[in-house]
Amino acid sequence: MTRAVRATPVILGLSGLTGLLLLVELLPYTGVVSADYLPPTHRIAAALGDELAEGAFWAALWDTLLAWAIGLTIAVVAGIVVGIVIGAVPVLRALTASTIEFLRPIPSVALIPLAVLLYGTEIQSTLMLVVYASFWQVLIQVLYGVQDVDPVAEETARSFGFSPWYRVRYVLWPTALPYVMTGIRLAAAVALVLAITAELVIGAPGLGSRIAVAQSSNAVANMYALIAVTGLLGVAINLAARGVERLLLSWHQSVRGEVLI
Amino acid sequence: MSRVLTKVGLAVALPAVLFAIWWVATEGSDNFYVPPLREILQTFPDVWTWDRIRADVLPSLIRLAVGYTIAVFAGVALGLLVGGSRRVRAVLEPVLEFFRAIPPPVLVPVIMLFAGIGDTMKVVVIAAGCVWPILLNTVEGVRAVDSVLADTCRSYGITGANRVRHLVLRSASPQIAAGMRQALSIGIILMVISEMFAASNGLGFTIVQFQRSFAIPDMWSGILLLGLLGLALSVLFRLVESRALAWYHGQRRAQRGPS
Repeated sequence: MTRAVRATPVILGLSGLTGLLLLVELLPYTGVVSADYLPPTHRIAAALGDELAEGAFWAALWDTLLAWAIGLTIAVVAGIVVGIVIGAVPVLRALTASTIEFLRPIPSVALIPLAVLLYGTEIQSTLMLVVYASFWQVLIQVLYGVQDVDPVAEETARSFGFSPWYRVRYVLWPTALPYVMTGIRLAAAVALVLAITAELVIGAPGLGSRIAVAQSSNAVANMYALIAVTGLLGVAINLAARGVERLLLSWHQSVRGEVLI
Repeated sequence: MSRVLTKVGLAVALPAVLFAIWWVATEGSDNFYVPPLREILQTFPDVWTWDRIRADVLPSLIRLAVGYTIAVFAGVALGLLVGGSRRVRAVLEPVLEFFRAIPPPVLVPVIMLFAGIGDTMKVVVIAAGCVWPILLNTVEGVRAVDSVLADTCRSYGITGANRVRHLVLRSASPQIAAGMRQALSIGIILMVISEMFAASNGLGFTIVQFQRSFAIPDMWSGILLLGLLGLALSVLFRLVESRALAWYHGQRRAQRGPS
């Protein structure tokens, strides 16, 4: 019974995906769009097969993932450290609140020309954009998390003479962790977008530049195949981030559940 | 009065300090790529003259406005349709998740195929990139309509357009606003990217042009202008949002108050 109930959304979801594939297969035949612009599904699938068989594709995928992982790591570490320092010192928090709100909306793509000049098409230009864009996501969440610390717990820790390091480790960190995880999840998605954008526009090695090459050499089916790969990559990163979040915060959910009852 | 002053002082202090550091650190800079801030600020009024603004900044902003408006209307309308039915939602959820996961800038080459490299391409790129966060947030918002209110509406026989307007849109609006805010930053990014790819005018085009001709202080002034633009738009958005959703923020404050 429960299995049937749970299976229905999966079946409906699969039927939605199948519908999309069918639509793309049929649209070029109806003449609504030309097959030159939107090749039918089977040609995109064939192109995807060709790509998967090529070493250059895997190298590009590796470059993209490498830039993503390094950039995300730098942004997360920097975001957590800066966030905790700012959050723990009230004066700093008051001073920086507006600046953070000011700096955050500066579009990361404004840095593209600078990155090109400084690093050319090296991986560093991708990293610069990825770190800039994902840093804010983590920082903002860490700041929210630090604000959420229970004052009673904080004061208790103080009166028991906890050192600042212990207060951060045992009072602040557990409270902030759920927020940090949300920040990392958002940052992971943003980092992928920026990694591929940088490769696409600057030409740094990776999936993005492969898309640009496919587009300029008129390999339309390959271009769609590569775009589908980036979409799947995004879905995979989302799912993985959600999985890690659930794993690390299982204790937290249960604690919250008890409080609610 | 003094509280307001303190607040303004705190808000301006750090940017001022950062700018001062930037100024001092680059003052004697002979690095070709990192010119002194003084030079950048001196070039700023020379580069961004009224004519330049009309020729390059205005077209960018118009494209952004048109694309964004299309995305808002399409996103909310589709979101109402999808969010209204559990079955439709289940069918479309994986498809929508997939489309949302595609990095929006890769839309540029695709849409260039269909729409060439004119204004249409840029507007479509902006609309196609902005629509996903609005759509998905609307779906979530419609899903979370308060069941008591929904039942009340049903017993009073409020249906059709009235129900959508007074119940569904109203209760989904905080979520829709959250989606619109995300979409705005995506829109600015796509505005710049689409112009960097192929354009004969626009902010992104001009900045890349400066970079290619190694007019470094001009390029920096363009980056500065983009930053200011992003800031201005987000402030504007927040103003509009806090007016339009005043009832919601008031409610939240009232709920938080006693605790």
